[in-house]
Amino acid sequence: MDDGILVLVVVTALAFDFTNGFHDTGNAMATSIATRALSPKIAVALSGALNLVGAFLSLSVAATIASGLVNTHLVTLTVVFAGLVGGITWNLLTWFFGIPSSSSHALIGGVIGATMAAAGTHGVKWHGVVSKVIIPAGLSPVIAGLIASVGTYLIYRLSRGVPDRTRSHGFRLGQIGSASLVSLAHGTNDAQKTMGIITLALIANGTVDSGSEAPFWVILSCAIAISMGTYLGGWRVIRTLGKGLVEIDSPQGMAAESASAATILLSSHFGYSLSTTHVATGSILGTGLGRKGAEVRWRVAGRMATAWLLTLPAAGLVGAGCYGIAQGIGGTAGVVVVFVLMVVASAALYLRARRTPVSHHNVNDEWDGATTSTGAKEPIAA
Amino acid sequence: MNSWIDLDALWKIVVIGLLAGAGLPALFAVGLRAVSLPGRDGGSPATEACDDRILGSNPLGLAAGVVCFAVVLAAIAWGIYSVVAGT
Repeated sequence: MDDGILVLVVVTALAFDFTNGFHDTGNAMATSIATRALSPKIAVALSGALNLVGAFLSLSVAATIASGLVNTHLVTLTVVFAGLVGGITWNLLTWFFGIPSSSSHALIGGVIGATMAAAGTHGVKWHGVVSKVIIPAGLSPVIAGLIASVGTYLIYRLSRGVPDRTRSHGFRLGQIGSASLVSLAHGTNDAQKTMGIITLALIANGTVDSGSEAPFWVILSCAIAISMGTYLGGWRVIRTLGKGLVEIDSPQGMAAESASAATILLSSHFGYSLSTTHVATGSILGTGLGRKGAEVRWRVAGRMATAWLLTLPAAGLVGAGCYGIAQGIGGTAGVVVVFVLMVVASAALYLRARRTPVSHHNVNDEWDGATTSTGAKEPIAA
Repeated sequence: MNSWIDLDALWKIVVIGLLAGAGLPALFAVGLRAVSLPGRDGGSPATEACDDRILGSNPLGLAAGVVCFAVVLAAIAWGIYSVVAGT
């Protein structure tokens, strides 16, 4: 129908995939970076590479997003586009504040909001939204936290009396292995969400038949976008997860990552598109609870939980608003205007973020209560 | 089973998740403990020489540790395989 809009939608979708990658690097690598099992640079490179591999492994989640949440015959390209803008906006905002919120919820919220603005509430499959998004979102951090705290308890119990050198060396190796698995799992779960969205756009445009699977070029470009985003590294989020929530030691890091990897891979297997962010945060909290005397900063956790609750409605509002603007102006011009607005907003946020930078230089500085480090210039001793 | 929560998938995720996500790291810890066991000929692990080494010198312990690590690796490989094959 309209190939100009389709191209913009695909570009926006890949941009979303990119923000998804850098927003979520922390889920896999925050604990390894915090315990210094891996240097920050190597951690993001490893994670990026494994995300790329993971994106090709499993495809069951993509189907959920494409068909389970909204009535595909009501979805137009403009709806998909507005939804993506909603998701990107929320991702960038939460990244700016260093809050590990769910990229998946941002995307789903955006699409639902835009669908409602376009077709009213009956365009949304509410049953699918509740059973496939909201309930898993509530359960997954609890399950991951439970697994992580059991794992942490067992590990500390069983490794009692092991000489320190063996312990730190061994658990760091274990951490690298388990963090790699989380990256792989992230690729299997999150890259597919964008694949699902692009497929949805292709269906809406009539390029492919309803119910078809993602074409190969979609899989490839999504895999590349998410791994590049991961490699860039969302240092603000990494800092919050690795240093802000719980002070983490390598055995805990390994327990947290194993729990995350197991939960995400299993859910992927059953076709649940759960949020890797919720799982990773649950695991890290769980590992803090499983070890006696570990400090859990509940205030930080509370702030995250608030952001999680806001994610769906906030991204939905932006999605609906963007649809309103695009539709009000009409046609390709409307979509272009929203696209330009989004680019301007992203650039502004990026420039603002440079005033209080968090990078691989200061990601491990002592937690001082603020999400973004104020002592940005202080280098870390080797 | 009801239409809101797939309880069948849920209990599988919890049980398999516990086995893989908590059990495997625990097995890894057992392996570490096994490979660090001091040998019969040597003194206690508290001596300076032993402190510097990562591996202990007990052959049985080393063998047991290697078995533990092998099981962990095999379980991971099988897990990834079954996820990939399941789609």
